[in-house]
Amino acid sequence: MNLTLKIWRQKDSSTKGQMVDYKVTEISEHMSFLEMMDVLNEQLVNAGEEPVAFDHDCREGICGMCSMYINGEAHGPDRGVTTCQLHMRMFKDGDTITIEPFRAAAFPVIKDLVVDRSSFDRIQHAGGYISVNTSGNTQDANSIPISKHAADEAMDAATCIGCGACVATCKNSSAMLFVGAKVSQYALLPQGQVEAADRVQNMVAQMDLEGFGNCTNTGACEVECPKGISLDNIARMNRELMKANI
Amino acid sequence: MSGFFKSSIGRKVSMALSAFFLMFFLLQHLAINVLSVFSPDTFNEVSHFMGTNPVVQFALQPVLIFAVVFHFVMGFILELKNKKAQGVSYAKNNGAANSTWMSRNMIYSGITILAFIVLHFIDFWFPEINTKFIQGDWSGVMDGVDGYRYYEELVHKFVNPIRVAAYVVAFVFLGLHLAHGFTSAFQSVGANSLRKKLEKLGLAYSIIIPAGFIFIALYHHLNH
Repeated sequence: MNLTLKIWRQKDSSTKGQMVDYKVTEISEHMSFLEMMDVLNEQLVNAGEEPVAFDHDCREGICGMCSMYINGEAHGPDRGVTTCQLHMRMFKDGDTITIEPFRAAAFPVIKDLVVDRSSFDRIQHAGGYISVNTSGNTQDANSIPISKHAADEAMDAATCIGCGACVATCKNSSAMLFVGAKVSQYALLPQGQVEAADRVQNMVAQMDLEGFGNCTNTGACEVECPKGISLDNIARMNRELMKANI
Repeated sequence: MSGFFKSSIGRKVSMALSAFFLMFFLLQHLAINVLSVFSPDTFNEVSHFMGTNPVVQFALQPVLIFAVVFHFVMGFILELKNKKAQGVSYAKNNGAANSTWMSRNMIYSGITILAFIVLHFIDFWFPEINTKFIQGDWSGVMDGVDGYRYYEELVHKFVNPIRVAAYVVAFVFLGLHLAHGFTSAFQSVGANSLRKKLEKLGLAYSIIIPAGFIFIALYHHLNH
């Protein structure tokens, strides 16, 4: 198929960016979106132009690096996928595709489609862990009984890959689905209880400090999340923060 | 605790708590107004009780005023903070793909309701405050009206078709605001274990409340 691409080009974080039009031809419907971008970049390199910078790593939907806003949606029009898992069969011959970086004040653009998501790392550092020395004499995991329900919910929360689609799609650029998932995965398990109050307070404080917006419960994050993280995690984080303050 | 209400989640919770009070207020307001359709005398009796009872006037009314002002002011503050958090806007953004119109436009339905409240205060609340607190007349009677004045005042307001139309439009926006706001308030305080049931209850509430007020306005307009 032949496509017109409208892509955000920005030299660096201090330069103003703009949308630039490109044409790509003979794109296979079996290609992933990133492979289509590779074809474009090859074309640009051969023509002596600067290739489009975009984040990618594993290309199998688990690293959370590929961060494109495609035709007005985080990771494009498909559901439950990252950009690397988005296939070109989702588009038609002759389509015009708009490709932008994830937008949020807390996700500044580094170059073209690459954004700085280290604000997520700093939120994790503020409490997304348990202070247990795991070297040497680690306890057998099965010695602490956990209900199947709690284990499943904790696992569901832990599938968050920190890609930032929730922030990118949120009209308020809120990071509450991400933080809610990270708080929940520990709040649901006995190992997380010891530091539960400090964890939620510190992570929410860091989230606010980074300049993320306030959740208005539109639910867009839940729909666009490639891992299907539920809004229930935000409600749980709210309860955890209230509990920590009472 | 003061730190809690300064945090993003604390502000959400405070929005939800004021919303709960306002939603309860709407329910009792509608319940009383409906009486005007079925029994003007009962409507007058209940209105006089609400208008002169010290608990309602000096305890609940100030809380209501505070809740209304707080909900609007905090709503605007959060909207401004959220705009700031967005940074650069998208060239193409397909909001309809993942969220409802109501949820994305709470600020606009809210502003419409604010405009309505100004009109509503001019129509009913300011004259009421003037009569009771400035002129000191707590009798509830009026020259040329048998019994209490409240029913006559209500009916008189719905003679003008422009006012009725303005009320109807405002109630539609109130319904749109509630269609998202009801479940959103429960989600904000973390009470989401009954999410599916709350969504159904929220839908029913957001239809019944505005439809009830619209019915009352149209009923009095068409019957007088």
